[in-house]
Amino acid sequence: MPVHEQIWSPLLGRLSLAAIPTEPIVLATFGAVVLGGVALLAAITWFKLWGYLWKEWFTSVDHKKIGIMYMILGLVMFLRGFADAVMMRLQQAMAFHGSEGYLNAHHYDQIFTAHGVIMIFFVAMPFVTGLMNYVVPLQIGARDVSFPFLNNFSFWMTASGAALVMASLFVGEFAQTGWLAFPPLSGLGYSPGVGVDYYIWSLQIAGVGTTLSGINLIATIVKMRAPGMTMMRMPVFTWTALCANILIVASFPVLTAVLAMLGLDRTIGTNFFTNDFGGSPMLYINLIWIWGHPEVYILILPLFGVFSEITATFSGKKLFGYSSMVYATAVITILSYIVWLHHFFTMGSGASVNSFFGITTMVISIPTGAKLFNWLFTMYRGRIRFDLPMMWTVAFMLTFVIGGMTGVLLAVPPADFVLHNSLFLIAHFHNVIIGGVVFGVFAAINYWWPKAFGFRLEPFWGKVSFWLWVVGFWVAFTPLYILGLMGVTRRMRVFDDPSIQIWFQVAAFGAFLIAMGIAAMLIQYTVSILRRDQLRVNADDPWGGRTLEWSTSSPPPDYNFAFTPIVHDLDAWADMKAAGAPRPTEGFRPIHMPKNTGTGVILSAISAVCGFALIWHIWWLAAASFAAIVVVAIAHTFNYRRDFHIPAETVAACEDARTRQLAQGAAA
Amino acid sequence: MSGSHEHHAEHAHGHDAGHGTMRDYAMGFILSVILTAIPFWLVMSGALADRSLTALVITGFAAVQIVVHMIFFLHMNGKAEGGWNLMALLFTLVLVVIVLAGTLWVMYHLNHNMMPMTQAMGDMQ
Repeated sequence: MPVHEQIWSPLLGRLSLAAIPTEPIVLATFGAVVLGGVALLAAITWFKLWGYLWKEWFTSVDHKKIGIMYMILGLVMFLRGFADAVMMRLQQAMAFHGSEGYLNAHHYDQIFTAHGVIMIFFVAMPFVTGLMNYVVPLQIGARDVSFPFLNNFSFWMTASGAALVMASLFVGEFAQTGWLAFPPLSGLGYSPGVGVDYYIWSLQIAGVGTTLSGINLIATIVKMRAPGMTMMRMPVFTWTALCANILIVASFPVLTAVLAMLGLDRTIGTNFFTNDFGGSPMLYINLIWIWGHPEVYILILPLFGVFSEITATFSGKKLFGYSSMVYATAVITILSYIVWLHHFFTMGSGASVNSFFGITTMVISIPTGAKLFNWLFTMYRGRIRFDLPMMWTVAFMLTFVIGGMTGVLLAVPPADFVLHNSLFLIAHFHNVIIGGVVFGVFAAINYWWPKAFGFRLEPFWGKVSFWLWVVGFWVAFTPLYILGLMGVTRRMRVFDDPSIQIWFQVAAFGAFLIAMGIAAMLIQYTVSILRRDQLRVNADDPWGGRTLEWSTSSPPPDYNFAFTPIVHDLDAWADMKAAGAPRPTEGFRPIHMPKNTGTGVILSAISAVCGFALIWHIWWLAAASFAAIVVVAIAHTFNYRRDFHIPAETVAACEDARTRQLAQGAAA
Repeated sequence: MSGSHEHHAEHAHGHDAGHGTMRDYAMGFILSVILTAIPFWLVMSGALADRSLTALVITGFAAVQIVVHMIFFLHMNGKAEGGWNLMALLFTLVLVVIVLAGTLWVMYHLNHNMMPMTQAMGDMQ
């Protein structure tokens, strides 16, 4: 049960033993996590992996390793977010005929809030950022991103935010406000506990990482393209990554400012968003959606890029309508900024405001539709290979189109007055986020895995996972569309009308199918790693790719390219293959590279401590850790040993080894 | 963008020459001083009888001051960084206008359609 009486001590702030939850479900989870964590740490110590992890991964400034760490963070948090989803589905399937289900309101409200926050900020964002980090420098022929240390720091800030959210499970509570924490519910009056503070500070810390990585990738794409790669010769994925990062840099400051104001309301008693003293909760809703709508395009645009690369590669053709694809992306980037009000048509704006934002929302479907036709025309008369990346792409096209259509339906203000906050809305955005972002991430993982590790993912378990996911998705969310049309609202814990129970049971079965799909996916990864020798690709370019990342070794060497490629055409690698460009085997020169540093890990760890102190009002610790952040940051500026040269002999040895491997593979 | 080739020399110059000359800095400094001194004088002497007119004029001077800083101290022009600086500035301006104008429009509507509750409660305090 929540402890709301405000006990405060100078040493520990609001923190006391009462902060440890006593609910049996949470305690059991706590126990399991502690045991699992201890086992993991013991295993790492036993196998003496600490030095390796610290030197090769945690402190690495290599964009490829940081990209992989982002993907692992996303995957771990995905399992947590999905556990929340299963708990909600079970609760809603049970809580009929006077049953209260198995979750009390305090716990259930935290679960749906944590599910939304985790899935958007700590699953989708790390996945998308990880993909961009790994692929963009390779696609533009660069050796790393513009600011390699900043990249490492960004990752660890995101991880620190995730760690704070996880800590809220066992120390205190999480917000019970829904994933955007609207006031006045999130104000001090209705949420006096630490839940909303956990929400605010985990997002603020992760937000620093997101904004900095946005700046980093924009600078990389603008300044570090290989010679000859003009803007209109950039691969589509790089284009979509550029637009997504522009959206990040332009929109995340709004989120930071809004959350800072909410935090001030809660900590020092300002009245930005309170009900009285001139505050306006509606202004919070307006401002947070000015960030929130671009955010959904930040998530989906890079995946549109992924689907473009995959469709062209697996159809064995040039992408149909490259320039229209680029313009469609740019148009979506701008339009995504003038639609935010469609999230609150019912808040009470007049007809002129609602119709303006309704129309701009519907207009977005035009460039998006153009993209779909481009993909279809790319497939038309192509020699399509239905490998896993292409299967996910086709599943995306079929699923996403339905989600897009229900979106246009919701964009009509009168229809929205009926469907607002209903399960129809829930079904719609899961339809586009799972059908678009999640399917896209799986397509991308299957597509670029051989690039990253040198062996393919095992197809059998991949296909099992594919069918369970796609079927499971529709079984889980079609009932929600139907329930939403019947008027069932979101975030309900118990239901009175027994006739609708069957739909929730069907949805719970769908969630079970998806759970099996996730299990199959984890089995796929495990089996692939165990059988990596049989699955090894004996070529750098196993799919017949068209863009520069396939022109270097798989996995790429630390320096990515022994020689910076020179680009003559769109689809640079397809062009080089057509021209019969040979693999360079001599004349290697020393390569200038950035050096690893632990400063990013240290700064982020102190930031997490600072966030924890601010959440619990442990002011001395907050002040001390903030001072420590400043000191470490300044000390880092005196670190002059930031770069080194990979000697020409090392490059030559590395390239020769790969050349021999390739020759063996070709002979075998 | 198409002009970036002819201006390649200036573009390269923009990278390494430490940006700007003594003359630029001196001009920027003098302009800034003038643009700061006039608003101070306006307020201190009360030369304009109307307070809100004074505020408006000061805001105007502030806007000009921003442009002066951008040109003379941040060295922004159409050619720096191959035009990317100007593009980024224009994009930022468009977004700021969208956010501010949109918010004012939306909040004006919401305020208009609300029951006059906030005002009444404010009076009671």
